[in-house]
Amino acid sequence: MELVLSLSIGVLGACGVWLVLRARTFQVIMGLSLLGYAVNLFMFSMGSLSIGQEPIVKPGVPPDLAHYTDPMVQALVLTAIVIGFATTALFLVVLLALRGLSDSDHVDGKEDAP
Amino acid sequence: MSEALVPLIAPLMPHLVVAPVLVPLVAAALLLLIGQERREVLVAGSLVATFATLAVAVLLLVWVDAQGATPVVAVYLPANWDVPFGIVLATDRLSAMMLVVTGLVAMGALVFAAARWQRAGVYFHPLFQIGLMGINGAYLTADLFNLFVFVEVMLTASYALLLHGSGRARVQAGLHYIAVNLVASALFLLGVAMIYGIAGTLGMADVAQKLAALPPHDRGLLYAGAALLGIALLAKAAIWPLNFWLVPAYVSAAAPVAALFVLLTKVGFYAILRLWTLFLAPQGDATARFGADVLVIGGLATIVVASLAMVVSRNVRRLAALATMVSSGTLVAVLGLGDAVAVGGALYYLVASSLAVAVVFLLADLVERSREKGTGATLDEGLAEPMPFAADGRPPAPGVNLDDEEAALIGQPVPVALAFLGASFLACVALLAGLPPLAGFVAKFAMLDTIIGSAAPAQVPLLGWAVAVVLVGSSFVALGVLARTGIRYFWAPQGRPPPRLAVIECLPIAALLAILLAMTLAAGPALRYTTAAAEGLFDASAYVQAIAGTRPVPSPTHGTRGRQEAPR
Repeated sequence: MELVLSLSIGVLGACGVWLVLRARTFQVIMGLSLLGYAVNLFMFSMGSLSIGQEPIVKPGVPPDLAHYTDPMVQALVLTAIVIGFATTALFLVVLLALRGLSDSDHVDGKEDAP
Repeated sequence: MSEALVPLIAPLMPHLVVAPVLVPLVAAALLLLIGQERREVLVAGSLVATFATLAVAVLLLVWVDAQGATPVVAVYLPANWDVPFGIVLATDRLSAMMLVVTGLVAMGALVFAAARWQRAGVYFHPLFQIGLMGINGAYLTADLFNLFVFVEVMLTASYALLLHGSGRARVQAGLHYIAVNLVASALFLLGVAMIYGIAGTLGMADVAQKLAALPPHDRGLLYAGAALLGIALLAKAAIWPLNFWLVPAYVSAAAPVAALFVLLTKVGFYAILRLWTLFLAPQGDATARFGADVLVIGGLATIVVASLAMVVSRNVRRLAALATMVSSGTLVAVLGLGDAVAVGGALYYLVASSLAVAVVFLLADLVERSREKGTGATLDEGLAEPMPFAADGRPPAPGVNLDDEEAALIGQPVPVALAFLGASFLACVALLAGLPPLAGFVAKFAMLDTIIGSAAPAQVPLLGWAVAVVLVGSSFVALGVLARTGIRYFWAPQGRPPPRLAVIECLPIAALLAILLAMTLAAGPALRYTTAAAEGLFDASAYVQAIAGTRPVPSPTHGTRGRQEAPR
């Protein structure tokens, strides 16, 4: 599981960085979203990785991380998802505004000189 | 006078600590409900809220300063959870000081916006209040993740405020600004997550305690996390080479928004200052002062790059944006030297330079508007301005007096508005270049005196000399460039109709300059305060213990709080 998780973080992060560095606004917003996923998964991996365990305390089970998964990182990821969602939506609005004002989907609002 | 206030404040503590977040939040919610065409109501509400926030900040400052020489921290538990588990808000000297600076700049920007700029778009006042709430929250919080949230709140408001007034340039700059800040936020989260992974906690005081007992094999992870966090915060403070978003964004923003944005880079610096001194500076082992040289060299490179860019800029707003960078670079470089007294001087410089740069942004708006009206010229770099001195030997333009001896210009009245703009600009030149007699000189002297004056020349480290040389050099460049700009704008032009200014636009400029003058006159107490603030940072034990020792308020109905007991 550790290997799969770290590979997916790496692939998402690499794709995200590559897309953010591209010249088209749509590629940039996709890159920012992928970076967001990579960061969220990374935060998840900083808690205790476990399968089939709950973050909520049950009666009769001692409350330690051997019996539960870390609820803290889940709360953090949830907050980060909400904030990332809002800022991405805002970026989308600005992207469309620039597209309307400049008639170009280049991040600089004008095409590169050939 | 301030001592008389303390008994009045005492019953309000520690609840006053949360007020700088709550007041703008409630104000923003209420202002959203008011129709956007009822501008008088909006302005009145926004002014009342901002003034209340400023008043609370001043009360906090008075209270914190009245508690004697020991570093004192007022702690507030917003959800009344026990300390390592809940979010903590805390005020020490540094936080209180930053709140006051924020309140002053926000007040000035808001009064200035009331004259003209608020009409350039909708929802200016709610967004302004939300931005204010984010900035204040970032200064108050003592929780890493909460710091991220408040920084995001502040940035989200700033994205929208940057677009205030719309137009191609603002949208273009806004796109780049948002993209850069989203990437920086991703790095911020990675850093926070790594530190959580190592320390298992997010409260700043708790992390500081845990890091002191960190096993050696985790040090590498700590450094990686701190470096990621540092990159994100340095990008927000616009330190070279992470500074390229700043100038286009600040130049294209509306004037009051640009004045508020001056505070945004200060939030980046504040977070570096707080976290670096708390996590990395105090421990006397291998962790001590991790990254200090990076801070110094990054800060110096920022000053050099910004100063060089100033030389080739002719637009006042561009100069103000670059002055913001110089200010950030100076603060970070001096912090990297890690001397508490020098950082005390740097905090005084922070107040002086923030207010001065904000004034320059407001002035630039008035100056450029008067140029626009007079000549119909475009704003871009002032290229439309004809050169008063003809280089090829042609006779000078009419109305230009080239002869020092000629007395014809004497007796021509200078319009009051032009005199006001010129005098204010002159004051800003003195402040930014660090010339006596104003606060800029006191600040630079306080820093330089500690860095190179407190030890024998042979014992001053090489980086200390580098900081001193670059500081003096950047002052010289700023003086030359700003004087040249002042001559072009205020002295050389002839026969142009006088600028038409509203009193309400001059008021914030005059008030901020008056505060800077008062800071100069009261330089002794002000420096004593900032030095005490810096010493409180470098000896973080008081901050840590004050937070760790705070207990939640017991429930009025139950003797103990049920949620703290582990379920059986």
